[in-house]
Amino acid sequence: MSVNQQAHTGPPYGQPQPGYQGYQQPAYGGQSLPGAPQSQYGAYNGPMPGYQQPVPPQGYFPSLGFPSKGSPVSLNSDTSSLAPNFIGSLRAPPTSGAPPPVSGASHPSGHVAYSQFEHGDVQNGIPASAAPVQRPPASQPFLPGSAPTPVSQISTFQQYGPPPASVQQLRNHMAGMTIGCTAASAPPPAGLGYASVPPVSGSFSATGSGLYTPYSASQGPPLTSVSQGLPLVQPPFPGQTISTQRLPTQVPGFTPPPPSTGVGPSSYPPTTGAPRPPAMPGPPLPGQTVAGPPSSQPNHVSSPPPPSTMAGLHPGPPMSGLHGPPPPNHPPQPGYQMQQNGSFGQMRGPQPNYGGAYPGAPNYGSPPGPPPPPKRLDPDSIPSPIQVIEDDRNNRGSEPFVTGVRGQVPPLVTTNFLVKDQGNASPRYIRCTSYNIPCTSDMAKQSQVPLAAVIKPLATLPPEETLPYLVDHGESGPVRCNRCKAYMCPFMQFIEGGRRFQCCFCSCVTEVPPHYFQHLDHTGKRVDFYDRPELSLGSYEFLATVDYCKNNKFPSPPAFIFMIDVSYNAVKSGLVRLICEELKSLLDYLPREGNMEESAIRVGFVTYNKVLHFYNVKSSLAQPQMMVVSDVADMFVPLLDGFLVNVNESRTVIASLLDQIPEMFADTRETETVFAPVIQAGLEALKAADCAGKLFIFHTSLPIAEAPGKLKNRDDRKLINTDKEKTLFQPQTSFYNNLAKDCVAQGCCVDLFLFPNQYLDVATLGVVPYQTGGSIYKYAYFQLETDQYRFLNDLRKDVQKEVGFDAVMRVRTSTGIRATDFFGAFYMSNTTDVEMAGLDCDKTITVEFKHDDKLSEDSGALLQCALLYTSCAGQRRLRIHNLSLNCCTQLADLYRNCETDTLINYLAKHAYRGVLSSPVKTVRDALINQCAQILACYRKNCASPSSAGQLILPECMKLLPVYLNCVLKSDVLQPGPEVTTDDRAYIRQLVTSMDVAETNVFFYPRLLPLTKADVDSDSLPAAIRNSEERLSKGDIYLLENGLNIFVWVGVNVQQSLIQNLFGVSSFSQISNALSTLPVLENPFSKKVRSIVDTLQGQRSRYMKLIIVKQEDKLEMLFKHFLVEDKSLSGGASYVDFLCHMHKEIRQLLS
Amino acid sequence: MATYLEFIQQNEERDGVRFSWNVWPSSRLEATRMVVPLACLLTPLKERLDLPPVQYEPVLCSRPTCKAVLNPLCQVDYRAKLWACNFCFQRNQFPPAYAGISEVNQPAELMPQFSTIEYIVQRGPQTPLIFLYVVDTCLEEEDLQALKESLQMSLSLLPPDALVGLITFGRMVQVHELSCEGISKSYVFRGTKDLTAKQIQDMLGLSRPAVPMQQGRPLQTPDQPVISSRFLQPVHKIDMNLTDLLGELQRDPWPVTQGKRPLRSTGVALSIAVGLLEGTFPNTGARIMLFTGGPPTQGPGMVVGDELKTPIRSWHDIEKDNARFMKKATKHYETLANRSAANGHCIDIYACALDQTGLLEMKCCANLTGGHMVMGDSFNTSLFKQTFQRVFSKGYNGEFRMAFGANLDVKTSRELKIAGAIGPCISLNAKGPCVSENELGIGGTSQWKICSLDPSTTLAIYFEVVNQHNAPIPQGGRGAVQFVTHYQHSSTQKRIRVTTIARNWADAQTQLQHIEAAFDQEAAAVLMARLGVYRAESEEGPDVLRWLDRQLIRLCQKFGQYNKDDPNSFRLSESFSLYPQFIFHLRRSPFLQVFNNSPDESSYYRHHFARQDLTQSLIMIQPILYAYSFHGPPEPVLLDSSSILPDRILLMDTFFQIVIYLGETIAQWQKAGYQDMPEYENFKHLLQAPLDDAQEILQTRFPMPRYIHTEHGGSQARFLLSKVNPSQTHNNLYAWGQVSNGGAAHDWECL
Repeated sequence: MSVNQQAHTGPPYGQPQPGYQGYQQPAYGGQSLPGAPQSQYGAYNGPMPGYQQPVPPQGYFPSLGFPSKGSPVSLNSDTSSLAPNFIGSLRAPPTSGAPPPVSGASHPSGHVAYSQFEHGDVQNGIPASAAPVQRPPASQPFLPGSAPTPVSQISTFQQYGPPPASVQQLRNHMAGMTIGCTAASAPPPAGLGYASVPPVSGSFSATGSGLYTPYSASQGPPLTSVSQGLPLVQPPFPGQTISTQRLPTQVPGFTPPPPSTGVGPSSYPPTTGAPRPPAMPGPPLPGQTVAGPPSSQPNHVSSPPPPSTMAGLHPGPPMSGLHGPPPPNHPPQPGYQMQQNGSFGQMRGPQPNYGGAYPGAPNYGSPPGPPPPPKRLDPDSIPSPIQVIEDDRNNRGSEPFVTGVRGQVPPLVTTNFLVKDQGNASPRYIRCTSYNIPCTSDMAKQSQVPLAAVIKPLATLPPEETLPYLVDHGESGPVRCNRCKAYMCPFMQFIEGGRRFQCCFCSCVTEVPPHYFQHLDHTGKRVDFYDRPELSLGSYEFLATVDYCKNNKFPSPPAFIFMIDVSYNAVKSGLVRLICEELKSLLDYLPREGNMEESAIRVGFVTYNKVLHFYNVKSSLAQPQMMVVSDVADMFVPLLDGFLVNVNESRTVIASLLDQIPEMFADTRETETVFAPVIQAGLEALKAADCAGKLFIFHTSLPIAEAPGKLKNRDDRKLINTDKEKTLFQPQTSFYNNLAKDCVAQGCCVDLFLFPNQYLDVATLGVVPYQTGGSIYKYAYFQLETDQYRFLNDLRKDVQKEVGFDAVMRVRTSTGIRATDFFGAFYMSNTTDVEMAGLDCDKTITVEFKHDDKLSEDSGALLQCALLYTSCAGQRRLRIHNLSLNCCTQLADLYRNCETDTLINYLAKHAYRGVLSSPVKTVRDALINQCAQILACYRKNCASPSSAGQLILPECMKLLPVYLNCVLKSDVLQPGPEVTTDDRAYIRQLVTSMDVAETNVFFYPRLLPLTKADVDSDSLPAAIRNSEERLSKGDIYLLENGLNIFVWVGVNVQQSLIQNLFGVSSFSQISNALSTLPVLENPFSKKVRSIVDTLQGQRSRYMKLIIVKQEDKLEMLFKHFLVEDKSLSGGASYVDFLCHMHKEIRQLLS
Repeated sequence: MATYLEFIQQNEERDGVRFSWNVWPSSRLEATRMVVPLACLLTPLKERLDLPPVQYEPVLCSRPTCKAVLNPLCQVDYRAKLWACNFCFQRNQFPPAYAGISEVNQPAELMPQFSTIEYIVQRGPQTPLIFLYVVDTCLEEEDLQALKESLQMSLSLLPPDALVGLITFGRMVQVHELSCEGISKSYVFRGTKDLTAKQIQDMLGLSRPAVPMQQGRPLQTPDQPVISSRFLQPVHKIDMNLTDLLGELQRDPWPVTQGKRPLRSTGVALSIAVGLLEGTFPNTGARIMLFTGGPPTQGPGMVVGDELKTPIRSWHDIEKDNARFMKKATKHYETLANRSAANGHCIDIYACALDQTGLLEMKCCANLTGGHMVMGDSFNTSLFKQTFQRVFSKGYNGEFRMAFGANLDVKTSRELKIAGAIGPCISLNAKGPCVSENELGIGGTSQWKICSLDPSTTLAIYFEVVNQHNAPIPQGGRGAVQFVTHYQHSSTQKRIRVTTIARNWADAQTQLQHIEAAFDQEAAAVLMARLGVYRAESEEGPDVLRWLDRQLIRLCQKFGQYNKDDPNSFRLSESFSLYPQFIFHLRRSPFLQVFNNSPDESSYYRHHFARQDLTQSLIMIQPILYAYSFHGPPEPVLLDSSSILPDRILLMDTFFQIVIYLGETIAQWQKAGYQDMPEYENFKHLLQAPLDDAQEILQTRFPMPRYIHTEHGGSQARFLLSKVNPSQTHNNLYAWGQVSNGGAAHDWECL
């Protein structure tokens, strides 16, 4: 939400773009010739904003390119183009493209599932094309590479086939173009394209789409495994685009390049190189400033295909466009260039040249812009998240996942499945990046695949699954290994007739305590194996003895303290009244344990502005008593008895208090607030009561009142993209870190609800919630009418959800690996223990492992996560999760057992932490680099030999590029102009605690066509990919990312649908201000609302509902979440990024 | 000398003044040889039934350094409408309003019977009286309950428009906001942190926010009452609320572990009370009434740690310099007392506990501000309850017997200078020509501030004769002293009481007998005692006693008649006859002797001694002993063990205690129940007589004395036995004869 649309600015793009551009150019060259497309685009443009225009052209281009191969398609697209054109056109190409790739990708050798991988799953259409013949099955684009689709695709393939034939790997979509290119013929087209390009470039620039295109272009290239074709193609594009946009920076160089590119393939490298650099840097910037970029976006959406060509160009342009092409370009360029270089070796040289060329280019840009739309990879032919999710759902959703086998890869998080615990922890508790760990650290280093586990120790289970059993080992406490202190688990080996057991982690032999002794059966299993959860299950709980308690004393039940800001802002917005009203009923739903009749949790109340007000709500009082503490410099708790009370006993007093609080402060004129003292007060209260607990703080403004922890407004957008950008994520003062430490020591967890009207420094205020395992909720510009429902839902969930206090988590591993790094909301005082004042069912900790020795394939690797915590009834417990993993000596095994969603979860958290210490650009570069290495390693070691120009992705990681691109484009790593500093800090902290399912949908939002929903069934409509070209003007779509739900309404939606859903008669009457859908009695409205409810139910936070009308202002916001498209802030489109990735990989391989 | 006695008595009745010498030696040299300094006891607000206040402003001498008030001693030229100041001899024009005066038409201030006159003046806004209760909650449940009831009761005794405030303390300090309806609010402060006045006012939200300032003046005035009214409200408005609030007061809830004292933040509580009033009502009459049930155990002003195993300091510890908190605590309370006094607010201390409560450290709060100090065993005793009730007692005209913010200005004629004052006051540091360089008591000033006083509050004021021996005063010359007391009457009126007295000068060489005859030995004893007690506060006990002895010896040398080497020939004239006896008892009194007294008790006794009037002071020095028997009407008897007879009932009044002691036979009779037999009704009456008399004393005394009814051999009899001169003991049966002589002789031998 906060992130808003522009997440990713130049950096990521920059890198990819350059590369892309290079690629694209060649493609363009080939395609560009078809001037026709451009004209078509022009048409498109008309309807659509600038962006669209470019897109269409692209789409056309591809078609053009196709024409040679499969002209019909392109034609079709063209014809269809006009309004819907983009989509239509796009789709058309994709389909065609897709099939080919699939077929091509999946070599016979590849198994259905793995095929892609094995083959290096050539993503490119090309491979598909090659494959097509063989693998029709891979009906789905590349991703599957699987044969299935082949049939349909086949046709397309065939089309492609001819041209590609030469190039076996389908350079697929882009391929269309590239393919052509690949052949000797290809270059020429490119050249032609280029020739035309200049004009094209003009168009690019105009479109701004240029920016976007880069990616696509890049993708194109990668796809086009054909090295020659691609590079050639791409270079031209970049050159073009670049020239237009980057004129300023690269001006001189660029202009020349375009021509050169145009000339011939050989020329490409240089040209490409040149264009790229410029494109990279320049584009992003210019893109933003210039109107061009927007146009480019449309392009992407509508005409992904062209992007390939365009892309190359675009990357640059967009950038430039954004920033004000000229100046900005330069700065970005450097960074980009680097990347580009990495990816595109050749490019480097050219870049400088481009500079020169560009100047000329600019001119080109504007004029030609529209027409040139180059060809693109067919988006349908590149790995589709939707398809992967759908396949997994179909293949694995029906049968329970039984955890008995070591190293099993669980179904995807998006799949609905049941888990049967047979000795390993459910994937709901632990997910790993890989379930097959390299035996040696050398292998691990070579692959660069991070070994990490995403652990959600208190995850909520569906009702069908049983909660972990509670085991009581009596007074002596849980049975543990003598040496490493691992807890009894299914992997412990009992020996000597059961008198001893050997630790599965450290191999130490420990005596079995007499009370725990049991005989073994003939297989060496204990006779009571099935009676004891700790011997037969992966997850279970131990009852802790007093030795496991603080100060050797059993804990008292925890307390909740509600601390409400009653400064002017809070009172005036109606917030205070709202909270008080809600608390009255909410207090009856405090979490309680199992079947207890009432919650053991005690509650307390504090209000504050510049001073703090404590309330005595002792049951014996007729009226609550207020105690004001103004000594905020030295906070203390003014009362002992009566502050924390049992809700039932003090019901009337509490009700009276909650009635009076809004009245008491109704006339307040106090605008200043304190913050740190509020936390201190809560902390002191818990200390005084000698219990753990949670503070719910409702806060509205930057704490500027004189007090410890007082903050300054230090927001400075000028720091973005500088080396000092990291300071925006760092707390202003170390005061809060120290405070957090104290809180953790006491078990004082802080949940923070923020209602800012301006900057309030989330980065600093969030320190304590973050380090104590709490949550932050942020409602910017809170308005009672629109936001109260969301806030109240969040509050309810937050108060009611299961939570453990005073928690310490330790992850033990078998010899050979070691937990080395932790990500999440917690505090660590040493290197092994994760301490959390509070841990709720939604909090996730990501743990990274490193080798410190060799592992053996036989014994595999074991993880044991032990969480010591105090339950909400005050019981001290240990929750144990065990997981066994396989080990491998072959890299292929590693790549075959990876989970991309988890990988992304880890990568995102790692990168988000990185921004605290490194410039954002560095972080992005590192991310791209790591992923390139992962993929390159696969390509080098696991994939069957194939052309260097072919992009081959492991089956399990085929979504890595698209997801990674989403991470790179996220608000933290690439903020757009509307993303506030607070938003970024907020997102950063949010993501750090997310589980895999949450990061999945957060980075790749779910887009559902509502109009396609079956009103008679419970199911959700099939999701579609996040690209504007997938949207039809006549439909209504829903997009959710875990924070927001957008309902997008096309301009051409039938009036009846609008009437049914919104209760108004026309499109124009739909109000943007709606925060909920009106309750109307008709099937469509019901269905949509039930879909919304279903989605809300799946998320830990209530999502904000935003109605977006096509062509409305808000649409920009919405488009930001169409993550396969080029983003306004400079984020690359999927296709472009894929191309870039490919280039990076190739560079690594060469 | 009946005439002098009458004169003295008359003067006291009319002016509330008693001089040690009523004829003044006319030179510095002679005055010093008189041993007892020229001094007076002044009761500024002596109740005068016959003194109707006049409703106009006093007429002042126009000389800026003088400003004496027109008085009957001034020479008036009725024709020229001029008057001559009798202190500086400045000739002044009468103000226009006096145009009509003549010999027969004199304003009151010129009539001789108005040597004391009271003016009601209209100055400044009238602010209601302010009472700020500062209540300790670390009490036993029973005590707290009793205290709450007393406080609730007191609300009904306050003037309806008086402002009241409430601060409670224990481990924390709570300032209760009284203005709110419904929910009760209080501001809470940590009991361990010393806060500056500014901090306190900021935290209470008393500091004027910057905003209204910008909006101009009009807003400020209305704002001020709003601010202050949060904590101080008119009784009639919040009577009910406050009664409820007091009713809901709980004991300090913080746990007190075994072997610990409760944490009591008296120092901070007082500091906040002072800061609160300072910020809201500076220079307005206000009482801070501290009710404490134990010693301060934390924060600034702590007197003892919370470990019960460490007892509170004793005199022994103090002598050994072993009272680690004393100096710091004393300093804290002194600072507070001075701040409070500077703002005209007084601090009362009501300390009820079986152990000490830190009065030693806190005494200055009451001493410097004119506040009351009451010490009892428990709040649940009639001693406290009635004493407290008496604080709000009313005078003959239905007015509270309390006044605030008094400013005493003393003016003297040229031959005299002011050496100092001893009493519940602080110096205002008003230097002037009539201020002596030699200080006695609180000197170096001609003005003192008395933050609270009642009709019996009495100051000792010491003078120095500065007239040189070679500059004789003309025959019939008189020295004059004028006391001008500005104060806030309990009705909130501003009043000025002016007392002008004059005494004759006499040449000590030629007219010693006049001077001798005009010696007021009672006043002299009290004045010397005050000096002695004042010194005892800062000096070692033995030094003070030696000083007192030497003074007495020198006096006897000067005025006694004796033959050398013949002790029996020693005679003192009647006007000196009682003086040695007073000094003898003074030496034995708890004011100078700390043995068998805790530091708190000493402080308590000394506090009262320094403010009571002459009669009460004498009772304190030498308790009164009455005997009741069948042999005649009740009679005062010697405070001597020889007065204890089996067939007597004795009634002893020591000011702090009233002891009724039944002689051995009487006690037996009473046990036998004779008083219930009709034929022995006279015995019943005999038993009743001392009770009635005691009751009469109890009715008027403030603070309530401890009432002890005992009999021969009873454990409580020790109160009597410790006071009487032990002329007869079980191992000493011969009489000492005249006590005064005995004492003197004894000292003589020492020399």
